[in-house]
Amino acid sequence: MVSANNSAPAILIEQLVKRYVGSKVPAVDGIDLEVHRGEIFGLLGPNGAGKTTSIGVCTTRVNATSGRVRVVGVDVAAAPALVKRFIGVVTQYSTLDRSLTAFENLVFHARYFGAGRREARRRAQSLLERFQLADSARRMPDQLSGGMAQRLQIARAIGHGPLVLFLDEPTAGLDPQSRLSLWDLVRELREEGTTILLTTHNMAEADELSDRVAIIDHGRILVCDTPAQLKQLTPAATEIHLVVRQVPTQLLAALRALPGVDSAVAEGDGIRILAADRGGLLQEVVEAAHGHELRHVSIQQPTLETVFIKLTGRALRD
Amino acid sequence: MTDTADIATGGRVGVYSRAFIGLLARDTRVLRRDFIAFLLRTVMNPILFTFVFAFVFPKIGEQFHPVGRADFATILVPGLIAVAMIFQGIAAVALPLVNEFGRTREIEDRVMAPLPVAGVALEKIVFGAMQSIVAALVVFPVVAVIPATPVTIQVASWPLLVGVLLLAALISGAFGLAIGTLFRPQQVPLIFSIIVIPITFLGCVYYPWELLSPLPVLRYAVLVNPVVYISEGLRAALTPEVPHMPPVVFLGAMAGMLILLIAIAIPLFVRRVKS
Repeated sequence: MVSANNSAPAILIEQLVKRYVGSKVPAVDGIDLEVHRGEIFGLLGPNGAGKTTSIGVCTTRVNATSGRVRVVGVDVAAAPALVKRFIGVVTQYSTLDRSLTAFENLVFHARYFGAGRREARRRAQSLLERFQLADSARRMPDQLSGGMAQRLQIARAIGHGPLVLFLDEPTAGLDPQSRLSLWDLVRELREEGTTILLTTHNMAEADELSDRVAIIDHGRILVCDTPAQLKQLTPAATEIHLVVRQVPTQLLAALRALPGVDSAVAEGDGIRILAADRGGLLQEVVEAAHGHELRHVSIQQPTLETVFIKLTGRALRD
Repeated sequence: MTDTADIATGGRVGVYSRAFIGLLARDTRVLRRDFIAFLLRTVMNPILFTFVFAFVFPKIGEQFHPVGRADFATILVPGLIAVAMIFQGIAAVALPLVNEFGRTREIEDRVMAPLPVAGVALEKIVFGAMQSIVAALVVFPVVAVIPATPVTIQVASWPLLVGVLLLAALISGAFGLAIGTLFRPQQVPLIFSIIVIPITFLGCVYYPWELLSPLPVLRYAVLVNPVVYISEGLRAALTPEVPHMPPVVFLGAMAGMLILLIAIAIPLFVRRVKS
């Protein structure tokens, strides 16, 4: 009888390196990470940072070049078939079975995990109801909306009662309403005791949902803490966003020269300024931008994105 | 979560075999849904082939020479069954797999079932084999009934027939797995032109292998083709009066080819699934 180690962390990643064949730069370059039981852990980083590869190794689909990963105490390289019993996986793109209806997707998933025919149907039915998919039971995956397909993928992934659920960019491509209802669902699963590792390049998602967040870039983890703690990392207390017609370098230089300004970075159609919360600063910023066709100014509290910019000098979404 | 907790518990063998059976049940469900399509793609070739060459031709006064006591219709029986069987490997395993790997990436979910990845590959082979047997049973009455002249079937040895059918079916599944793993979705038309057509035309389907003796190079070149042994094996089992290879040769070659195909296809599959 083999089983999970109950006292082991949900996920333990030690010195993980993954270098794909033919690639000079490692996709994952020495990651150490511990995910506790029962938490929602967010891996936040831009596309290509190594999030999906890390999840791939944890879920036995990618072979590590070096390092060690254990899920509920079981080594993923040594016992992949055993690890698969304890995890549920939702990939970035739909891997729903296109030849089966929504209901059958859930039925056969349960059967792969050993449920008998009747038991599998019962579970599938209760999952459909729980995920508000009962009306779509007979539809094929291609006939489901993006939000419904994603709910079905999650329903399927938890169909065998996994201890750890991996969600790779769970809300990418979803409309705002589906995104919010998915967040509720993820919180609900955590309440029930499931550990969740999610990747996202959406800082609001990481902030709202995660108990702890690791910021990852170029295959390395830059920082790892609770969202609140991470936001303390930036000395800037304010973030000012300017929209101007063009971003001349002398404007950036002028802004950086203002007292209290921590950084000023050109980004998309404007400039993002991180600065101390100083009276009169906004006035000076607007004056500096005089003659540059200033179109819009906004001020906000620092977010995880602020932290990312502070750490990497780049915005999260390019 | 008590509702869904802890399904996959118990010993390794139990969990693996339940997952394997679950995968087989899934494939069977899909086959049942598409059964009409399965029938059509399976019987079309043998129906038309026997109709034109063993019904129309004799009626319009065209005839192939009989071989020994057997006429052309009898020679066709084992050959067309062999083609139907090997084609199932392509249709039931290779083509779906090409899509699951390439377009839909469904395979990434299938391999999350709680068994080793090689077990998922093995299930593909077994399912392909099952479908191949069904195809043989469906095609047999077609090729035996349509011809204008009666065909002469005699099962000399049931164990030989069963052995040949089983080996042929497994070869078909393993062959399909290898092809499904090697080809990309955009190369599907190529599967037909460089695999299906050559192995059919050069598979001793329409003539027994012995008749190739005037063409020694071709005679030995076709021995790399698994369809040759399936045709010859079914010939020995169903139409023994038609010249055929000795059982020790085709059984040995089939077993060897099966082992070779499995040894190639399963590691290929595992390597494509795991990056």
